[in-house]
Amino acid sequence: MTSRTGFVVVVFAALALYPLLAGSYGLDLVTKTMIYAILALSLELLVGSTGLVCFGQAAFFGIGAYVAVLLGGRVESPSALWLAPACVGAAALYALAVGALSLRTRGVYFIMVTLAFAQMAYYVVHDTPLGGGTDGIYLNQPPLLLGLDLGRPLAIYGTTLALLAAVFAFLALLLRSRFGRALAGIRINEQRMRATGFSTYPYKLAAFTLSGGIAGLGGFLFAVKDGFVNPELLSWHLSGALLVMIILGGLGHPRGALVGAFAFALLQELFKSEAVWGPLARHWNLGLGLTIIATVALLPRGLVGLPRQWREALVGRAARGAAGAAS
Amino acid sequence: MTGHPAPEVLLRCSGLTRRWGGLVAVADVSIELQRGTVHAVIGTNGAGKSTLINMLSGELPPSAGRIELLGRDVTGWPQPRRARAGLGRSYQRNTIYPEFTVLENCRLAAQSRWQRPWAWWQAADRCADSNASAHEAASSVGLAEQLDVVAGALSHGRKRQLEIAMCLATAPEVLLLDEPLAGMGAEETDRMLDLLDNLRRGHAILLVEHDMDAVFRIADRITVMVNGSVLASDTPEAVRRHEQVQEAYLGGH
Repeated sequence: MTSRTGFVVVVFAALALYPLLAGSYGLDLVTKTMIYAILALSLELLVGSTGLVCFGQAAFFGIGAYVAVLLGGRVESPSALWLAPACVGAAALYALAVGALSLRTRGVYFIMVTLAFAQMAYYVVHDTPLGGGTDGIYLNQPPLLLGLDLGRPLAIYGTTLALLAAVFAFLALLLRSRFGRALAGIRINEQRMRATGFSTYPYKLAAFTLSGGIAGLGGFLFAVKDGFVNPELLSWHLSGALLVMIILGGLGHPRGALVGAFAFALLQELFKSEAVWGPLARHWNLGLGLTIIATVALLPRGLVGLPRQWREALVGRAARGAAGAAS
Repeated sequence: MTGHPAPEVLLRCSGLTRRWGGLVAVADVSIELQRGTVHAVIGTNGAGKSTLINMLSGELPPSAGRIELLGRDVTGWPQPRRARAGLGRSYQRNTIYPEFTVLENCRLAAQSRWQRPWAWWQAADRCADSNASAHEAASSVGLAEQLDVVAGALSHGRKRQLEIAMCLATAPEVLLLDEPLAGMGAEETDRMLDLLDNLRRGHAILLVEHDMDAVFRIADRITVMVNGSVLASDTPEAVRRHEQVQEAYLGGH
């Protein structure tokens, strides 16, 4: 086992053992963070693996969440076995439509177009009776997973953890496959890929749709966990926060998204803590922002790049030392 | 019957023209590339060589004219489709994937022939077909010893060789090479010319190049372009003697 796989195994083992010592606040917080990790993974597939900077990931998340509440509210004790796929499917379908149009643009235009589509989705749930307006809607009956009531904190924690592990393993496999290599080629030099015989558009559209579906899965989990959805789930703040997470963690590998989501949540908790900051805790956004700027400036490869950065620094120092001794 | 097989034309363009507004970058160019030959296109900067190669490869739609690849009209085909049909091109600047190893670079190129993107569970390095093509392509350009070297760490000359290997990995019939000798030292140039000489067998090669000594050493046929038009298209000896070419370009070379 390489140290990288070892690291991932340790993270998941720790998450599996966490409920043994967690209180209800901690359990809810980590469930939420794991859902954000799923979202960060979905965005990593686009940004880190394919080179498509999407600024509208919250829309896929929100659509998944709203579908969970709107469809799940129509029947007596809905089963997660059809409700979750429905959320994934709806988000993926929306991503397919948005991707088909927005992937015709590039660079900063792509960023703006994905943001524009997400804002459209935001105002649809915000301003129409469909989404219950700013008040949002409640999911009165939590869905069942093979008889397990997902409304119970431990059940949703376990389900979220299992799905996070599944998404992570799926992406790790996918990125090593021919499809994943083609996405990497598109990220590095799309023109060269076309000259080599790859029609790149279908590849990008497939990645975009897949990413939307995974984010929709996160939406389903979030709606079930809180039993409540509101338009803020689709706001651009979340899309931005997800981008910060994957940059913080380190672009280019699913590990970065995983680490970034947890680092972001930890920082947020830290700066919100009145025990540490006293009255300053009200301005937690400032501390969080400054820390993120500092991290990005000091860690060009993100948190997962730290070991390599240290290694290179050590090697560089040793080389300078040797050069100094020789002269 | 003369006993000689008829020359096999793999790529043919006729009346190829590209206008940018009022400016004519390429005017009415017709070229035939035959299997087993190196056809060089020379001309000063701005003569239209790059525009020509971009139209042939499918990056740039022509304003007028027709392109035939292996007997089929491909004028309206997008670049990836032309590439899959047997048209490989290299670029003037390095377009290798610097963070991949030599083998991975070649494998990704070879993969375009065995695209099975839905096989997401199968690791790319387990695909026997693309592995075999990748090994073969890397060996044929002399990079068999560097398979596991990260491409970004190669010397300039080796990077240019890898660029060609990535073309070969897709098993093209026609090679469009845009200044493969740019920035090379004498030894690297010799190695590349040997490689092109080998590739001549089995391929039709279009060579855009500024190094005149190299062009006259390797080319079977030379087309001279001036201001987007063909000034002369003939054997190297004839081109060397051509008066207008002498005046316009070679400067008594």
